[in-house]
Amino acid sequence: MLLLDIVLSGLVLGGMYALIAMGLTLQYGVARIMNLAYGEFLVAAAFLAFWMFTGLGVSPLVGLVVAVPLAYLANWAIYRVLLVPLVNRAKTQGQLEVDSILATFGLLFIVQGVALVLFGGQYYSYGYLSIPVSILGTTVALNRLLALLFAAIIGVGLYLALTRTRTGTAIRAVAVSATAARLVAIDVRTASAFAFALGGALVAAGGILVSMFLTFNASMGVIFTMKALIVVIMGGVGNLLGALVAGLILGLVETAVARLLDPGLTLAATYLIFLAVLLVRPTGLFGVAAR
Amino acid sequence: MQRSAIAKLALAALGLSIVASAASAQDKIRIGYAISKTGPFAGGAGVTTLPNYQLWVKDVNAAGGITVAGKKLQVEVIEYDDRSNSEEAVKAIERLATQDKVDFILPPWSTGLNLAVGPTFNRLGYPHLAVTAATDRAPEMAKRWPNSFWFLGASKPGADALAEVLRKLKSEGKIGDKVAMVSVSDAFGIELATAARAAFKAAGFNLVLDKSYPIGTQDMQPLLKDAMASGADTFVAFSYPPDTIAISDTAKVLGYNPKVFYTAVGTAFPLYKQKFGANAEGVLGVGGWNVDSPALKAYFKRHAEAIGREPDRWASPVTYVSLQMLQQAIEKVGKIDRAAVIKELQTGTFDTIMGKIKLADNIMPIVWWVGQWQDGEFVGIAPTKYEGAKPVRFPKPNWKQ
Repeated sequence: MLLLDIVLSGLVLGGMYALIAMGLTLQYGVARIMNLAYGEFLVAAAFLAFWMFTGLGVSPLVGLVVAVPLAYLANWAIYRVLLVPLVNRAKTQGQLEVDSILATFGLLFIVQGVALVLFGGQYYSYGYLSIPVSILGTTVALNRLLALLFAAIIGVGLYLALTRTRTGTAIRAVAVSATAARLVAIDVRTASAFAFALGGALVAAGGILVSMFLTFNASMGVIFTMKALIVVIMGGVGNLLGALVAGLILGLVETAVARLLDPGLTLAATYLIFLAVLLVRPTGLFGVAAR
Repeated sequence: MQRSAIAKLALAALGLSIVASAASAQDKIRIGYAISKTGPFAGGAGVTTLPNYQLWVKDVNAAGGITVAGKKLQVEVIEYDDRSNSEEAVKAIERLATQDKVDFILPPWSTGLNLAVGPTFNRLGYPHLAVTAATDRAPEMAKRWPNSFWFLGASKPGADALAEVLRKLKSEGKIGDKVAMVSVSDAFGIELATAARAAFKAAGFNLVLDKSYPIGTQDMQPLLKDAMASGADTFVAFSYPPDTIAISDTAKVLGYNPKVFYTAVGTAFPLYKQKFGANAEGVLGVGGWNVDSPALKAYFKRHAEAIGREPDRWASPVTYVSLQMLQQAIEKVGKIDRAAVIKELQTGTFDTIMGKIKLADNIMPIVWWVGQWQDGEFVGIAPTKYEGAKPVRFPKPNWKQ
């Protein structure tokens, strides 16, 4: 079944895209930090998983339990120490975005440099749960399926949390306008720090999950940042459901193009879809819903 | 007052350092290189090139140094990061020659960077040992820049060597004439796929799948499903390391078991064995070595001890050979005379870990193009005329989950 084959493989690939984009959509959409070091944090989490698996014999899924809270704390600290001065100094949202791009650009080199010193430049890969699962006659790898499931759970779960709870509403208010949120007694700084740290926790989860099936090295972070940025912009900045849907669309389109046309055209197809979405909806697929 | 005192101190320090460097110039030989420590090439440079530079310097200095006119000179290294960028590489090499005034310069990693720095090496008059450069233009380049030496051959002999192995299997009736080929759409993949199309056709094969994928692709399921549907006995991928791993992993998950399974760059990496273990058995790839050679075995052992991991089984020993040749050429010339060293490299015969090597028109004569994982070692298969070439094991065992 060619169609089923494409749909399943596409969803699995798209799940990975969505997974790696969700942290960025929180950091950029709510905390207003355009984190250029995003991919580096993802690679750092992948290295952590590799080290725990090969050095300590700890399963990456157990590693999630350790790494996610750790990443939350680390990102919270980064926000409070490194980024709060920028937030205080910025007169407009645009200025904060420019400043945060410059600051996280520096952070990118620090994280990458540490990874290079610790692990060198060579490729790393380990196998975990690389076993076939048959769904309706189509085979997919269990580890990739797991990434899709996590993406779906995180995407839908956080979307509901943001739209149905009081704290979630406060966070969305900050995303719309920090100034107005402050007027209705929302603690903007805490909400922003929370969003940034939560985004950091998500990227750690993403890094650990993709390390189960991707080959990575210390200098591959920027590839993940670029892909995540496309998904985030396409889905609507700050919208988790948007990131999920945009990721799945990209995965489906890429797989369909690779199977039906030519694998060489996957990149072209990605950017074509990206362009088409932005022409029709300049704020992204779910851009309005975020406001 | 204070300022002038500091200035005097600085002047004195400067003077001292000039005296020191003048004195050290006689008992040291300065070797510089720019290598990709960051950026997309860091993965390849970190496996093949940099560890062998480090190992060679360690070996040479442990043995007392390079003998120049009866005197042992220790090797001193000056290292830069070219950030995987050809402009940076050119700038760093200019700097090494004009500012650091090093005696010799070692090349960067990758075909592209070696082609980019070729004119600079030529203009500055330094020997250019282009090791990790596999290009069809090697003979043309060697003619244009007589100071350049090319060690990984061209794609045509590479494709011919693979076709030779496949033709033999076909003539024995073990495989049919259908071949499924995929390639990465980057310099290496494009050149080899082009050469392979001609070589396979000449060997009577029929390409039932011929597709390329963008560099960086790690989702191989669609391609492999097509390969499975093609019904070919032989699967060939001209791939880069991350895609080599991804193709093998996906083939394992999908239970895709062609009788001949060939992936290109990365198959010979220790990473491949570490990741796939017993499943690597029977996989063909670019590279290989003469596993019966005691000199190479000793080299593998030294590399593992000094660097903490095994070398790759393709360009690593070749890199080391190029450095041995440089050392012997300097020793034969007996002084730091780069023009004479270039001449010696062109005409001399050198005693290396890969045996006696004499370059033919500045091109390395031994380039393994097909190797195979056999009992946990990546042995050389083709070209079959090389010493130590082993027969191919057939068929590749099925992937075990």
